[in-house]
Amino acid sequence: MSVNLAALLYLVSGILFILALRGLSSPETARRGNLFGMAGMALAIVTTLLAVDLDALSLVLIVAGIAIGGGVGAVIARRVPMTAMPQLVAAFHSLVGMAAVLVAAAALYAPNAFHIADALGNLKQLSLFELSLGTAIGAITFSGSVIAFAKLNGNMSGAPIILPARHILNIAIGVFIALMIAFLMASGGDAKLAFWLITLAALVLGITLIIPIGGADMPVVVSMLNSYSGWAAAALGFTLENTALLVTGALVGSSGAILSYIMCKGMNRSFISVILGGFGADSAAAGDAGPQGNAKMGSADDAAFVMKNAGKVIIVPGYGMAVAQAQHALKEMADMLKEEGVEVSYAIHPVAGRMPGHMNVLLAEAQVPYDEVFELEDINSSFSNADVAFVIGANDVTNPAAEDDPGSPIYGMPVLQVWKARTVFFVKRSLGSGYAGVENPLFFRDNTMMLLGDAKKMVESIVKALD
Amino acid sequence: MEAVDPVIFRLAIFVLAVFVGYYVVWSVTPALHTPLMAVTNAISSVIIVGALLAATATAGSEVAGQAASGGGAGFSRGLGFVAIILASVNIFGGFLVTRRMLAMYKKKER
Repeated sequence: MSVNLAALLYLVSGILFILALRGLSSPETARRGNLFGMAGMALAIVTTLLAVDLDALSLVLIVAGIAIGGGVGAVIARRVPMTAMPQLVAAFHSLVGMAAVLVAAAALYAPNAFHIADALGNLKQLSLFELSLGTAIGAITFSGSVIAFAKLNGNMSGAPIILPARHILNIAIGVFIALMIAFLMASGGDAKLAFWLITLAALVLGITLIIPIGGADMPVVVSMLNSYSGWAAAALGFTLENTALLVTGALVGSSGAILSYIMCKGMNRSFISVILGGFGADSAAAGDAGPQGNAKMGSADDAAFVMKNAGKVIIVPGYGMAVAQAQHALKEMADMLKEEGVEVSYAIHPVAGRMPGHMNVLLAEAQVPYDEVFELEDINSSFSNADVAFVIGANDVTNPAAEDDPGSPIYGMPVLQVWKARTVFFVKRSLGSGYAGVENPLFFRDNTMMLLGDAKKMVESIVKALD
Repeated sequence: MEAVDPVIFRLAIFVLAVFVGYYVVWSVTPALHTPLMAVTNAISSVIIVGALLAATATAGSEVAGQAASGGGAGFSRGLGFVAIILASVNIFGGFLVTRRMLAMYKKKER
């Protein structure tokens, strides 16, 4: 295959990837978009295979590699529960990061295979710079995603771990990486040790960057690592002079960056303050003072009675619903209410859950139609004419202190105004504070009723009471 | 006038693609942000292209090169093989899990 034809096909593959993302603008076109993505990937792989000289060994390596990896991937995709989606995405990010490191290393050791050596077989300075960047970003993505996975999967506490002098440490590692890149370039690619030192330092940096970030900030972290994996791919796209990789890297990089921005805005926090980490560490201590005032306790029967006689119920799900796997029971409850003539809708806060869109996927899994699910800005004005706000497993995103208490750590964060509903039900395990470690004054208001217990069991009892 | 370095053209493609990405991603409905992450994950595994090149590195191409990269081809193949596995997990896992998620998004039955 001619080099020019291959380059054109890579361009087509890049365009198919753009269409794959474009499809996600609505659920109807999304499935077709996903097919475009698959076609783009197949095209990129086939083009590469036709453009290189295959010998028997490389063919075996390629077929075996795709079969092993593809088999594992397909099994994971089928078996993973929807509630585990955040950690799955984190795990996938780590694989992209590691693949980037390996490809960068291969390019350094066998530049001819990548057509990036000059007539003498030496690597160009610019190529060295690109592959150093590729391995550095790839390694940060890898180790950062492993930490994010461990935190999301519960292998590691979600609490921020604060290292002494961590900012200085991170800067020092960053400077070291920059020096080693300069050294590698000055050596013309001979200083292989410098390459591995870059990789090693970046692996450490990935860990020190992510461990101080607490569980509630995970949506930002996952989006950010998504973005990094894109930039790593783009850096190698420059090295490999490959349009498909360049375009994809740019798409994924900007996608992750935009999601990070949306998540930060949803928490009213600057990107920098999330990256610097430590949120929830100091305020959690203040939250230990315990609940103040008297909260009104309710039972499943109370909730069932009030909701059955309501005209309009808005359900506000949060991370607690995911933990308790309560989405199916919730759907059953909503269906019974609808049979009673109640209008039921769902309100989703942008940072509810552990990753962007987490709640939407869980509700979709429980077969809640997506046109009953609304985003914050679309539904917030509806709470004032709702009879019941049913908050299940959410806390901070409903905290009125974000609007009226300038001293609160979450002041200024956009929140769902559930308190404007005539009655608010809170399904929660305890009266404790949320992940931000902030007390929720809503628990102690007159029109609030607490339904303490496991979210799933509570909803099942309500379903029984409705019968 | 001297010719423009091809790197500049690649930079141009990259910068324009960032803009395309910016506008395309803002038009993604928030309800589909999780599938968006899964699918971007899958497509970023197009890095498999580099892994395939690494797995086909031959000693032949190296003879033309310099002695300093001696033994590089075998090592490169090993790296390429592992990278192919990792990227394939992502490609298959990413696209299939996206398909599984998207299949769940249903409209209200009327």
